[in-house]
Amino acid sequence: MGSVTSHFGPLCGKEEKRGELWPRASNVKKKRFFFLSSHRVCSTRWTNRITARCPRPIKAAHFSPRLIRLVFSVTEEERLFRANDRPFNLSYRYADNAIKTAKYNLFTFLPLNLFEQFRRLANAYFLFLMVLQLIPQISSLSWFTTAVPLILVLTMTAVKDASDDIVRRNRPAGNSLKRGRFADLMLLSSSEPLNLVYVETAELDGTKYLLVLMSTSHSQLICVADISLSLSLSGEVRCEPPNNRLDKFKGTLSLDGQTYSLDNDKVLLRGCTLRNTEWCFGLVIFGGPDTKLMQNSGKTIFKRTSIDLLMNVLVLCIFGFLALMCTVLAIGNAIWEVREGSVFTVFLPRDQEASAALSSFLSFWSYVIILNTMVPISLYVSVEIIRLGNSFYIDWDRKMYYPKSDTPAQARTTTLNEELGQIKYIFSDKTGTLTQNIMTFNKCSINGKAYGELLMQRLYKTDRVDFSWNRLADPKFSFHDHSLVETVRDGNPEARAFFRLLALCHTVMPEEKKEGELYYQAQSPDEGALVTAARNFGFVFRSRTPETIIAMELGRQVVYELLAVLDFNNVRKRMSVIVRSPEGKLTLFCKGADTIIYERLHPSCNKLMEVTTRHLNYAGDGLRTLVLAYKDLDESYMDEWKLRHHEASTAMDDREERLDQLYEEIEKDLMLLGATAVEDKLQDGVPQTIEQLAKADIKIWVLTGDKQETAENIGYSCNMLREEMKEIFVVSAFALEKSLHLELLRTACMCRTVICCRVTPLQKAQVVQLVKKYKQAITLAIGDGANDVSMIKAAHIGVGISGQEGMQAVLSSDYSFAQFRYLQRLLLVHGRWSYLRMCKFLQYFFYKNFTFTFVHFWYAFFCGFSAQTVYDEWFITLYNLVYTALPVLGMSLFDQDVNDRWSFQYPQLYSPGQLNLYFSKKAFVHCMMHSCYSSLILFFIPWAAMHDTVRDDGKDVADYQSFALLAQTCLLIVMNIQLCLDTHYWTAVNQFFVWGSLAAYFAVTLTMYSNGMFLIFTTSFPFIGTARNSLNQPNVWLTIFLTSLLCILPVVAFRFIVIQLQPTVNDKVRHKLRKEALPAPEPRLPPARRISTRRSGYAFSHAQGYGELVTSRRFLLKRPLRSRPALFAQTDSPLAQNQPQLYRTIAEEPEERPPQSEREPRMF
Amino acid sequence: ERFKAGKSGPSARRPDNSAFKQQRLPAWSPMLTANTVLPFFYFMALSCMLLGVWLLLTVQSTQELKLDYTKAGSCDECFEIHNSASCRLFQGDVFFYYGLQNFHQNLRRYMDSRDDGQMVGRTTNLKNPSTYCEPFIKDQKGLPIAPCGAVANSVFNDSFTLSYHGGSSGPAVPVPLLRQGITWYTDKNIKYRNPKDGNMTLAQVFQGTAQPRYWQKPAYELDPRDPANNGFINDDLIVWMREAAFPNFKKLYGVLYRAKKPFIKGLPAGNYSVDVSYNFPVQHFRGRKQVVLTTVTWFGGQNHFLPIAYLITSCLTLLVAVVLTVAWCKFGKNGRNMEE
Repeated sequence: MGSVTSHFGPLCGKEEKRGELWPRASNVKKKRFFFLSSHRVCSTRWTNRITARCPRPIKAAHFSPRLIRLVFSVTEEERLFRANDRPFNLSYRYADNAIKTAKYNLFTFLPLNLFEQFRRLANAYFLFLMVLQLIPQISSLSWFTTAVPLILVLTMTAVKDASDDIVRRNRPAGNSLKRGRFADLMLLSSSEPLNLVYVETAELDGTKYLLVLMSTSHSQLICVADISLSLSLSGEVRCEPPNNRLDKFKGTLSLDGQTYSLDNDKVLLRGCTLRNTEWCFGLVIFGGPDTKLMQNSGKTIFKRTSIDLLMNVLVLCIFGFLALMCTVLAIGNAIWEVREGSVFTVFLPRDQEASAALSSFLSFWSYVIILNTMVPISLYVSVEIIRLGNSFYIDWDRKMYYPKSDTPAQARTTTLNEELGQIKYIFSDKTGTLTQNIMTFNKCSINGKAYGELLMQRLYKTDRVDFSWNRLADPKFSFHDHSLVETVRDGNPEARAFFRLLALCHTVMPEEKKEGELYYQAQSPDEGALVTAARNFGFVFRSRTPETIIAMELGRQVVYELLAVLDFNNVRKRMSVIVRSPEGKLTLFCKGADTIIYERLHPSCNKLMEVTTRHLNYAGDGLRTLVLAYKDLDESYMDEWKLRHHEASTAMDDREERLDQLYEEIEKDLMLLGATAVEDKLQDGVPQTIEQLAKADIKIWVLTGDKQETAENIGYSCNMLREEMKEIFVVSAFALEKSLHLELLRTACMCRTVICCRVTPLQKAQVVQLVKKYKQAITLAIGDGANDVSMIKAAHIGVGISGQEGMQAVLSSDYSFAQFRYLQRLLLVHGRWSYLRMCKFLQYFFYKNFTFTFVHFWYAFFCGFSAQTVYDEWFITLYNLVYTALPVLGMSLFDQDVNDRWSFQYPQLYSPGQLNLYFSKKAFVHCMMHSCYSSLILFFIPWAAMHDTVRDDGKDVADYQSFALLAQTCLLIVMNIQLCLDTHYWTAVNQFFVWGSLAAYFAVTLTMYSNGMFLIFTTSFPFIGTARNSLNQPNVWLTIFLTSLLCILPVVAFRFIVIQLQPTVNDKVRHKLRKEALPAPEPRLPPARRISTRRSGYAFSHAQGYGELVTSRRFLLKRPLRSRPALFAQTDSPLAQNQPQLYRTIAEEPEERPPQSEREPRMF
Repeated sequence: ERFKAGKSGPSARRPDNSAFKQQRLPAWSPMLTANTVLPFFYFMALSCMLLGVWLLLTVQSTQELKLDYTKAGSCDECFEIHNSASCRLFQGDVFFYYGLQNFHQNLRRYMDSRDDGQMVGRTTNLKNPSTYCEPFIKDQKGLPIAPCGAVANSVFNDSFTLSYHGGSSGPAVPVPLLRQGITWYTDKNIKYRNPKDGNMTLAQVFQGTAQPRYWQKPAYELDPRDPANNGFINDDLIVWMREAAFPNFKKLYGVLYRAKKPFIKGLPAGNYSVDVSYNFPVQHFRGRKQVVLTTVTWFGGQNHFLPIAYLITSCLTLLVAVVLTVAWCKFGKNGRNMEE
């Protein structure tokens, strides 16, 4: 929503009117955005209109800071600032909302980027190696062996950094919508009566819920309805320093010598969305990182996978091992120099004064160069490429694409893939993540008769009920039980009373911009669903005044006098209204939780109560149920009660208790009308997904800001909780105190299911961190709202559900997709494969490089520890880069142990990842031993076979060059066979890579050893003719064959015997798959919903309703300035754009479900 | 991606349905099953056995005679060894090698100490040898050394004359040895070339260069009998310049010339003597020198390692195959382990 442009809209036309108190700060170079008024309603169209009004294109930078700069002092006991006093505020150096974009420019790119790159240990190490190689005494390899890979790596990284930077540079232009939300405001005035603003807090707490804020009731503020007036405002605000409490704000405003207290009700937090409010003015209190939202979003930490960390440890180990090897060889060199070298000086004189010690020292560094292939630079590049590839698979996956909102899955981080295969704990948000947040009026029971039965709809696929007879019906409402309409239209008095109650007993605010187009602003979506249901059945709630409710009852306008609203609260769990019908009849309508209402029923209702309870129970299914009841009141009693009510409500002390007593008194001997069942629909496939993940031994914790009942209820309906379960742990936020952390964790981990309710965003993150810290397990957090950001950032992997309104979660997530159910594919398929591939890659990569390097070690014992290489220098250069790069990449990009359907069929295949089985320190040691064995074979077999042999024509074949060729050919062939053994999934690409690489090796070798290359680059290619002269020898090939055989047979035998004796899960599944030659299993149909008898009688907001406001006189107070033309001409309700009232029944095919949704009611 | 961006409509961002992107590429998933592994092991055991036997027979058919003459250096004139081990005809081509032990031609500094540019006949390098040749770039007078470097400097300079003393009596017949054609074709013709400068003789071209320090004669006078075998393309030099991979090696000295009797079939049984002009010092670095006479087959010289290694591999493979079979029969066959 293009808020920035809209903010500046009004300013644009009045540029010349800049007040003196708003000096244009020309010294401010960075782009900064300040705003006073906040318009977030139906933004796109607004933007267009504003642009049309301004002859110049509006650029954010065009408006220099004009309004109050908000800022903070470091000592932060409290924060002090003045409206429209820029120099004063600046003096405190509070945080602004500037955004830094690009990192480099054209000239600084190369030096800066290179500097950045060489700060990485690996790159610095290779630079150091290159420097070493430039020292002739040490250089055991030509400079190009290190330079070529290093330059390649640096270039690739630089290109990537440059493109990233260009993307960053371009981003702000297309992303202006975010800027407007960069500050917390103190509300000054708004377009609405009483200076109210309607605010949706979806991004703050994950629930879409209208909240009413009031500005300070000061006459001057009320008058502030114009930019020029706001500019002349001068006042001083003292408030608390920035903190993360969303539900608390304390401060004072001094204005004209008077001091007003500021509390949470007067603050418009960043992340809120204005609803149904044309404009408002505010004073920026906290900007940028100081905003409550940012304070709550937790620290952004650079995430690294456990494999990364392990790799770092291993690389350190390798460095240690390298040093050890070099030391051994250096000592060997010293001994050799003393014993042999000293007497060989005739043929190889030493440099002057060079001693064995110096030679040994030099040889240490020479061996550092030679053995550097233990930590090849290509390791890091390859790992990045593999992760990138596996991320692309996620982006490309059609099975994670959600057609309704045209949202493909997105891997926003490309460095965490393999971690997806190791998740042990999932922390899930509830609203919008597990549920769709669409409330559907589903069933009802009226006077002992049930309507809207689920089973019937399932069986007969009944059509939607036609509501066209009702002019005011909501076209989006659907219901499938025709008999109910008939009952109502036939004049059944109970049914009519039922819907009359629904139409009257609520605190919904109606809005009718056009004749017949009604929009309801409900505090909770459940309430909206009920009123909309009544509307469609012919009892239309049309408008309200503090004293009256105007309803259309089956086409006839009826005006009810509203005598009292007995509002909802958490203890009462019910609400009532007392109305007088046009006929003068006094009635109390009450709706509430079943248990509460049942206690207050007239004894004559007992029989009906039983029937209704039965309906409630078998219709359970995790629905939110409400019981409706009424009571006819006596005029005289009512008069007397009203008197007492007035007394009580004006009492100075014990007001609450007295009111409660009064309510209690009148809400008894109720007559039962029936019950409603509203469903907070789960997203598709949530129960199945949770079941699958549970089978994969992943523990799921639900962290929600919701109340316990709601959370539990969802737990039951999505299979997390079951009636028979014993170990259920439901935690409320208070348990999240520091001192209880360990206790909490211990208890929680003993339970099969954990639900944490009433947790704040930061507490969510704390829970995640707690598990991360003490369980040492890989965690994943999934959520959709800004309230989940901190937890998403805290977890090893953060997943954002996109397609919902707030993008905050997605923006800070590592992976995003549109539906919760895609999580199982992300983990069980992509995650598992990524992990498998990464582990296979690492294992193979270390194996191939260790083997390569160890051969040098063995050769040292034959060449006087002189740091002579076994292989041709070009082979050393190209081995990692060309000859073995593609086959292993092919394996790590394509390999699958079993395909995706089998992965779903056997979720237990996931567990090796959680246990870190495929690659660990143990596996690494195993890998080293294997390398050691292979290198022994690869060196000593060719040595033994060749050292005393001649060609078939008697000429030399035991020379260094022939031996080098033989050794490198053996090595390459063995490495390729080993790769073939590791590959489980042979696509054409794999074949091509393996054979292509071998072919490339021979082609490149023959080319480099050709006459032409030698004659042109004599010193670089001294191996001329070696390939032709030794590869035509049968004994060379027999040696290669024997070497390969001896390297491979033990591996095959070992693997075979392990499969026979201790098969892994993978082996078992693969075996089963093979033995039975099964076709891939069909994707499982979702099983019939588990019918649970659980239900909740909870359909109100958590907080006090706004009954008081509804009945308040102030509600219709017309302000003088209201008549002023609106700042923005507006033809229809913004609500119509953003918040269609959608209440649908469950029988709808999921495919037809529109992406819009309603959210759980909740107030922080 | 660019193609995708061009799409529009409600499913504009739907990923392509290609087998590659959906990871559904057709593939072959082999598995280590008893049906493949066990036959493979038995087959390998059998083939190694056959190969080993065949190679062993081949190797047995070659003949080899080694004679260590290191100690010959201690007496001034001659040194006699009686070796009666072999009294058979050396049939076919017979190759005469000199062998060195504990001579590290594979030291890095030693191996680097040569200039291929000089040896390929570049006149610039002839006069300005590469710095790699250190410390054999220039002699004391400052003249560039040709051929430069430690390798060329240390060329093996013993010479041998093999004499046949007949079957029973008669004067010793010198055994004719071909002293050329003992190098790789590529070495003789491409890697090593003499520098040319117009119509100048080799000696003139080499004018202004010094012979290596340990050489008794300059490079252009190495072979007085054949002017074409001088300079950098001298066969003995080329053979020496192909550095051995290991400290113990043998290098070809000559091939029996079989045009004349009694050497048409090879070296007949009888008494032979080798006259060694003993120049190359080895004692100080505990080296050994030997002469080797051998015949070759398609498999090369007499190297017993490969046939024996194949036989051992065969036995081991067979053993492993049996163990695997037993393990499979006992555990894997019934598939009980495979159940979950």
